[in-house]
Amino acid sequence: MAETFPVDSAAKLAMERESAIGFAAWRWAGAAALIAIAVLLPFTLSNYHVFELTQVMIYAIAVLGLNILTGYNGQISLGHGGFFAAGAYTAAILMHRYGVPYWATLPPAALVCFALGVLFGLPALRFEGPYLALVTLAMAVAMPQLLKYFDVLTGGNQGIVLVKPLPPAALGLDRDRWLYFFVLVVLLLAIRVAANLLNGRTGRAFVAIRDHPIAAAAMGINTARYKTLAFGISTLFTGVAGALAAIVIGFVAPESFTLFLSLSFLVGSAVGGIATIGGAIVGGFFIEFVPNFANDISDAAPWAIYGLAMLLFMYVMPRGVVGTLGPWLTHVMQEFRSERHAAK
Amino acid sequence: MHQLLQQVLSGLAAGAIYASLALALVMIYRATDLVNFAQGEMAMFSTYIAWTLVNAELPFWGAFVITLAVSFVGGMLIERIVIRPVENAPILTAVVVTIGLLLIFNATAGWIYSYTLQEFPSPFPDRPLFGALMTTRDMGVIAVTLVMLVALFCFFRFTATGLAMRAAAQNPESARLSGINVGRMLALGWGFAAAIGAVAGIMVAPVLFLDPNMMSGVLLYAFTGALLGGITSPVGAVIGGLIVGVTENLVGTYLIASQLKLTVALILIILVLVLKPNGLFGTAVVRRV
Repeated sequence: MAETFPVDSAAKLAMERESAIGFAAWRWAGAAALIAIAVLLPFTLSNYHVFELTQVMIYAIAVLGLNILTGYNGQISLGHGGFFAAGAYTAAILMHRYGVPYWATLPPAALVCFALGVLFGLPALRFEGPYLALVTLAMAVAMPQLLKYFDVLTGGNQGIVLVKPLPPAALGLDRDRWLYFFVLVVLLLAIRVAANLLNGRTGRAFVAIRDHPIAAAAMGINTARYKTLAFGISTLFTGVAGALAAIVIGFVAPESFTLFLSLSFLVGSAVGGIATIGGAIVGGFFIEFVPNFANDISDAAPWAIYGLAMLLFMYVMPRGVVGTLGPWLTHVMQEFRSERHAAK
Repeated sequence: MHQLLQQVLSGLAAGAIYASLALALVMIYRATDLVNFAQGEMAMFSTYIAWTLVNAELPFWGAFVITLAVSFVGGMLIERIVIRPVENAPILTAVVVTIGLLLIFNATAGWIYSYTLQEFPSPFPDRPLFGALMTTRDMGVIAVTLVMLVALFCFFRFTATGLAMRAAAQNPESARLSGINVGRMLALGWGFAAAIGAVAGIMVAPVLFLDPNMMSGVLLYAFTGALLGGITSPVGAVIGGLIVGVTENLVGTYLIASQLKLTVALILIILVLVLKPNGLFGTAVVRRV
């Protein structure tokens, strides 16, 4: 009944502010509830399901990396599986050859992938739209070959078998649950970092470059620097996900990092919402669980479903699940609050 | 010297296949401004159709013609159903859609025909020619490609439909104003591209053996060829494809191990894009801001 209830502007402003505060509180409550569920869930599930959820979170971190580059900065990558592989192999080589403890491999993997991303991002400055997609596609196709070729480091075709990490004895957790919590902490950290980055000055610069590079440059944004930065940060996230995958699965081999890995990240990104943070988690679930159901039909069915999902989401829901439902939910909540306020 | 000539000639045969697929990519790029990442998988699927027909005891060239016709219609349908709705969408959408097509074709082929390697018959006998400089098989591949190129050239140069297609690709608005059905021309472009790709697939299958992932390397070389020639130029695509075929063979023989062949393509792509982004024969894109 907002129309029949005249509000003067000061009151309206106060009302909006209160509603904004209320909304933020709701968001925090929602996030806290989700984290509580994530913490309690592994104690109600079998070891295998816990392992699956760990995989979901790893994929989510990888997709989050892709979202930063492709969704927020508009640079299309079809080759993030390559950076995932770089992270996985960095972790595996450090653990296997140099006896580095598993948790200590994450910072070097992050660093290596950041450096690789920046190096790749520099020539990428000159490639627009489909050309960058092409170069990254070529990298994804060539990756297994490269990994096999440098077999002194990578173990060639056989790959590297790793010792699965032991959980700290004091916690009394078994290995699968310990790794679940280990990955969960990294995921939460990654989301926090991504949110801070993307909601601030850097994120606005990324989006401005995506939407109108010339206008962005005219506003004083150093497009070259921010595009390279976006590349580095994006590959850092994906590389850390790769390192986690190596730790959790305990095995790396060239054939796990084919073009199709890169394309499944893209599917996850498109389904969850390519320019969202929460969409990465939806994407992680999609990548992990669709093959489980579809494999019963045929070996090829998961990829057919991935392909169909890509087409469908592009036609019907180009912003993805989170990109579509998120704003809608916000809108509904605000309507609800202002109506309730008006009714008082 | 003999070995060098041998490698150059067999490189030309491989290059003729890359040139065909590159030509298909260029046709689609000119018609719809899209880089079609599904081109290789479309060709692979066409090759499976040919394989089914040959296995059903059809004569090879009969199967060849039927496959080309089916691919042509299939290409037109894809343009109509899948590509038309995203014609004016952002690049990202277009890329994701063609990648979706790639996955669908790859998975459907795997589903129907399984992922095991299949032998594919070659229509040409395998005999040495010119004192073992090349084989009749390589000669046949080059001949088929040449015939196709001449036919395409004549079509675009001497027929009314060919002229209309060129007009629609070059300036859709003016073409539409002069009474050309631009939508139909774009669909025709996709149909031609699918048929040309089918030729490439059928020619390469006896060498690589048929499986759903057969074309990923070939597609990469075709992209390299198309970029090298300039992605807007059909002549460039053919020359680029041939250059890539010869380079790949020579580099693989003399410089580095052949396990790194795909990496050579990656490096070539980056070099072309960095040093000569418009390729050898392409025109620079001028954009109004």
